Amino acid sequence: MNELLAVFRRELGGYFSTPLAFIFIVIFLFTMGAFTFYLGAFYESDQADLTIFFNFHPWLYLFLIPAISMRLWAEERRSGSIELLLSLPVPLWAAVTGKFLAAWVFSGLALALTFPMWLTVNYLGDPDNGVILAGYLGSFFMAGGYLAIGSCLSAVTRNQVIAFVVSVAVSFLFTVSGLPIVIDFFSSWAPQQVLSTIASFSFLTHFNAIIRGVIDLRDIIYFVTLIGTWLIACGIVVDMKKAG
Amino acid sequence: MIVIDGLSKHFGPFTAVDKISFSVARGEVLGFLGPNGAGKSTTMKMVTGFLAPSAGTARICGHDIVTSTLEAQRVIGYLPEGAPAYGDMTVRGFLKFIARVRRLSGTQADKAIDRSVEATELAEVLEQPIDTLSKGFRRRVGLAQAILHNPPVLIMDEPTDGLDPNQKFEVRKLIERMSADKAIVISTHILEEVDAICTRALIIDRGHIVADGTPAELMARSRYHNAVSLTLGGRTTAGTAEKLRALEGIESIEVSPRGEETTFTLFPARRGEGDTLLVDAVARLAREENWQVRALYGEAGRLDEVFRHLTRLDKNGKEAA
Repeated sequence: MNELLAVFRRELGGYFSTPLAFIFIVIFLFTMGAFTFYLGAFYESDQADLTIFFNFHPWLYLFLIPAISMRLWAEERRSGSIELLLSLPVPLWAAVTGKFLAAWVFSGLALALTFPMWLTVNYLGDPDNGVILAGYLGSFFMAGGYLAIGSCLSAVTRNQVIAFVVSVAVSFLFTVSGLPIVIDFFSSWAPQQVLSTIASFSFLTHFNAIIRGVIDLRDIIYFVTLIGTWLIACGIVVDMKKAG
Repeated sequence: MIVIDGLSKHFGPFTAVDKISFSVARGEVLGFLGPNGAGKSTTMKMVTGFLAPSAGTARICGHDIVTSTLEAQRVIGYLPEGAPAYGDMTVRGFLKFIARVRRLSGTQADKAIDRSVEATELAEVLEQPIDTLSKGFRRRVGLAQAILHNPPVLIMDEPTDGLDPNQKFEVRKLIERMSADKAIVISTHILEEVDAICTRALIIDRGHIVADGTPAELMARSRYHNAVSLTLGGRTTAGTAEKLRALEGIESIEVSPRGEETTFTLFPARRGEGDTLLVDAVARLAREENWQVRALYGEAGRLDEVFRHLTRLDKNGKEAA
């Protein structure tokens, strides 16, 4: 646990010791705002809730989260510090989890800084704050899902650009697996059961359920399982590279 | 304290390290030598648990690196090749991170950091990000990190690479100071370093151990062992070499003129004997002949020559062309 905390603190500190954290947060907040107000026509919708705002989250995360996760392992491999990390008495699970948690807390911080949105709707109208809280919670878990995918794929390569591109591609599949773009490919030949399984992998399906204010345990379990599975895969990838 | 047993590493069809076994006791400083690509770093990576061995294992203070990796890693201090570190951290921040991972906290951690900062003379750059440091300082940050928890086993991959002569001297002194109660393994390309600080040298080539012994023992395998080197100034003639050759117990002579001086290397017939008789005989002859002697000494042997000889043998044991 000590080791996990040490890795976590180092990693989180790493975001703030460079302009990365600042630039990321500024761009994150700016695009969130721009999408909600202009593309989403937030004012014109005349609704005192944050559904429009949350609807953009999966699509923004799709590109912004891999930007956080791409460095997690690829950077260590490129600079050689991975040799230091893995020869220190740090259990593999602690290194994998510590790094993931640091990235998750960082993305959570960026998400929390969108609180003026919440203030705005509360000033303009009388929203259901429980639904908004559920939305934030769902968004946070979804960010964790994207991060876990990115973390694993970052361990595969020493090249951060490759890590980014592959993460975006895989995240995209997980985002849209419930939409016709994926389902149509299978619907002509696969049985219904397979189709619903594929659809159930979709971030959108689960996230949309949560932002409607329905926190179903199954949706939370989905994200937690997804995070766990990808982190285990990440550990396996790192361990496999040890075998050379 | 380090027992390496049949350690092997294959990368696909390529065998980087082939069933090597050796052990290092407390108080020993083992110099790990070999040409680039001989398997030095790969061996060190396996011993420290960064790479998994294809076969065999290493036991560090009784802990098997394959089955009790973490316990073994706790007693090792390791300086990886190139001294990697987290460049965005300050030296202090980095050492604090290492202390935390090493389960040192509070005053214990502060003391450990102070001690290793002092030993590696890093005080002046403590608050600087590691990325902004010169190569010499970065290497010393790597050293400070390796010795932070005062480990009984210290493994260093080229600890003096990139240091200037003064810094090299300091690092060697540091290694010497620590060597009494530790088992230390260093890899190096610098042969004089082996002579200066190692109690034992191990030469590996293409994944095999080709020599293992004290620096003196290795030097005894040199052609130059117990040879006598005589440097004369002024003009020398063919007659000079003839007179030297006439001395008792000389097998052959090499003559190498350099500018105004000429160096004669006299190889005795019986090289095993470490007496100084030949030197005396040469000195007497030089006095009688009134030669201008610039230098006269008996050679202990040349490590670089032994190294070249051992590592250029091809697989059939013949010397490569």
